[in-house]
Amino acid sequence: MKRHVWRPLFVVIGLVIFILLVRLWYVPDDFGVQERGYTYGYHRLSNEQEWKNYPAKYRDRGYCADCHVENSESISMSPHAVIPCQNCHGPALNHPDDPKGLSIDRSRDLCLRCHSKLIMPSSGRNDIPGIDPAKHNVGIECSECHNPHNPSLEDM
Amino acid sequence: MVEQLAQVVVHGQAWTVKDLFVLPNEYVYWSIQIVLYPYMTGLVAGAFVLSSLYHVFGVEKLKEIARFALVFSFALLPVAMLPLMLHLMQPMRGINVLMTPHFTSAISAFGIVFLAYTCIVAAEIWFVYREFIVSSVVRLGAKSDRSFYENTLFFIYKLISLGAMDVSPEALKADHKAIKILAGLGIPVASFLHGYAGFIFGSVKANALWMTPLMPVIFICSAIVSGIALCIVCYYVFMELRKWAAKRGKNYFLPDAIAHGSSAVDYEHLRSVQEHEVKMTSKYLLIFMTLALTLEILDMIFRGYTAVKSWDILRNVLLERDFTNIFVLQYGVGNFLPFIMLLIPGVTVRRAALASMLVLFGVFMMRWNVVIGGQAFSLTFHGFMDYSMPIIPRDIESFKEGLGGALLVGIAPFVIFYFLNMIFPAFMVDKEEAPH
Amino acid sequence: MKRRDFLKSTAVFISGAAVSLSSLELLDPQEVLAANPDLRWGFLVDTYKCVGFCVKACKIENDIPLEADVTRTWVERYVITKDGKVNMDSPKGALNGYTSKLIDQNESGMKKIPDADITQAFFVPKLCNQCSNPVCVQVCPVGATYQTADGVVLVDRTWCIGCGYCIMGCPYGVRFFHPVANVADKCTFCYHRISKGDNTACAQACPFGARRVGNLRDPNDPVAKAVLDQRIGVLRDEYGTKPNAYYIGLSKEVH
Repeated sequence: MKRHVWRPLFVVIGLVIFILLVRLWYVPDDFGVQERGYTYGYHRLSNEQEWKNYPAKYRDRGYCADCHVENSESISMSPHAVIPCQNCHGPALNHPDDPKGLSIDRSRDLCLRCHSKLIMPSSGRNDIPGIDPAKHNVGIECSECHNPHNPSLEDM
Repeated sequence: MVEQLAQVVVHGQAWTVKDLFVLPNEYVYWSIQIVLYPYMTGLVAGAFVLSSLYHVFGVEKLKEIARFALVFSFALLPVAMLPLMLHLMQPMRGINVLMTPHFTSAISAFGIVFLAYTCIVAAEIWFVYREFIVSSVVRLGAKSDRSFYENTLFFIYKLISLGAMDVSPEALKADHKAIKILAGLGIPVASFLHGYAGFIFGSVKANALWMTPLMPVIFICSAIVSGIALCIVCYYVFMELRKWAAKRGKNYFLPDAIAHGSSAVDYEHLRSVQEHEVKMTSKYLLIFMTLALTLEILDMIFRGYTAVKSWDILRNVLLERDFTNIFVLQYGVGNFLPFIMLLIPGVTVRRAALASMLVLFGVFMMRWNVVIGGQAFSLTFHGFMDYSMPIIPRDIESFKEGLGGALLVGIAPFVIFYFLNMIFPAFMVDKEEAPH
Repeated sequence: MKRRDFLKSTAVFISGAAVSLSSLELLDPQEVLAANPDLRWGFLVDTYKCVGFCVKACKIENDIPLEADVTRTWVERYVITKDGKVNMDSPKGALNGYTSKLIDQNESGMKKIPDADITQAFFVPKLCNQCSNPVCVQVCPVGATYQTADGVVLVDRTWCIGCGYCIMGCPYGVRFFHPVANVADKCTFCYHRISKGDNTACAQACPFGARRVGNLRDPNDPVAKAVLDQRIGVLRDEYGTKPNAYYIGLSKEVH
């Protein structure tokens, strides 16, 4: 065969070499096969650490109790003791530095998530005391009558 | 940062309509661009196979359309990539597919197979047109007062000649041998390029409609059907244009006329070539259509007969919600009607072209019904999703995944083909035998 | 391991190759896990206890815009009536919990079910199963999503091209496009929290202990214990993904 027929092949080889060179420069050094093998573990290793460093918004319960002794004690005597502080008070973030104060969710809808009466025979939700939101003091925030930290009716 | 009350529209929400129980993260994530992607690769593969019928199997009757199909396939190639780029949320990172391919994914092969295929088609065109390139270099080089056009062309031809100026009979013989090898090599690669597009869908086990090993085979068959049909339609339309130009002497807008001053436009010759080629090609269209149709129907019967857990929702989608799309538009208008049109004896050029146009529509509907239909039901099997294509774009996203993006992809190959024709005249007639 | 080392050094040797030779090394996941036996994260859900409270905490913790209709975790409601009909909904993924008796049927509107007709009703929280054979990772074309040695599937936000194949591949529908980052996103079991010894945001927000993250390799871990001692189920095991979120009280209606 005449030798000119190989010329397109040389172009292709040049292209492949070019791509390989680009690849050397483009792909991060720690990209490769990690513990989980090629199928499940082919990735940039430092990304694992990046995810570990993702900033947390919520703190654990002790974080609140460290300062707010009185409030955390008052709620611990009530049926609401199971509810984590930040569910209503919002994520602590770096409180008290940033933000200085947290905005409390006092909305009726928040209470209704548990206390709107739903018929749920095979769920624990059925056992929570509930009201019909269309009939029970419509338009008023629950906290106007019920103290969220001590919601039982006797103390109202 | 914590409280963001402004409505954030997530990707897919603008065109997805949910009904009954659909999971919160479920949307029609793969929309019109992913319909067009297999459609376009299918056209590429089909056009190439058509050209190979002549080059490899020596089907002499397809000689004229083969060269056209080859150049057209090359024009379609970059457009096969376009829908993917338009679809990606991070188009600038598309290169990652080539940089860190993860071969357990069907999509990862795209970069490599696509590049390999481009190289094969480009090389084949180089061999087919080498004699022409050399003669152009010689012709333009001899000219002392070259216009801007001619200067540009001269430069391009010099570059793509790769310095191979040998046009001796032995060299041309070597070219022919190379063409045959490349065309032969191209068929499996073209089939792979498209078969794996089918694999992308067929291997999604989470999707009850897509998951079938028949998917790649169905895709290849319908690819060849659509590619051949597109070649027939375009060959017909382009030849009509050239005939029109030849009759009135208005060939100044033809790309090869612009590039090379004269182009072989002789009315009678064009008419006979067109008639012969279109009729011959439609016979091959019929063969591949039978194959594609058989497999698709087989798949559907099999699903109904085995009736596994997903069949309840699939039956609902196939026989009720998407009935018009599947049975009326795809099978009726897009398959059976052209099938009968081609079977009735005494096929005329016009009828063949019209039938091919319907076939093209049918294959498009098939892609639509697979891609959109596969997302028409929820993973829970208890809800449905509809894709309402954005017609008037409100932002870049609804342009890309709507009518605008679709039109862009539809028009692009013709624009590329027009300019490609200036360099590689697809309707060129070999000198020694022209005109009959 | 010898073979692996050999392949690795060979891969380094021809590191210029676009297709690194390590791609030929299809390791058995079990074999890899055996090499790292100490930690494998898993999740335990008690469907009897769930009231649908956790979603907001998850979205805030992981910076998923609250109003965006995608979520890393969500809660589904199942209401089964006397005629055997199963009614399901998950409005906004239960971001605002369930306060209404009406069932959200999307385009078909709200469905009212008479109290007397209800035979069973319960909530089922959903989150990423961190499968032992994660389809989403298998189908990622660029290696942007992966599984860590301790079993959590993560997404590299700097490498994801946004093709959506992982979203399509996941049989559980836990993946979505993050509306701000514009890449695929999913539940990470709050990887930043659990790897520092904290609880996940969702588990911490649940007042009733319906959700629990734990180490499946530690025989004293409550989650691992429950998986051993109790009758538990997993979701859609027919896909062969080997999910690692275990459900107490899973019902046949839950798919």
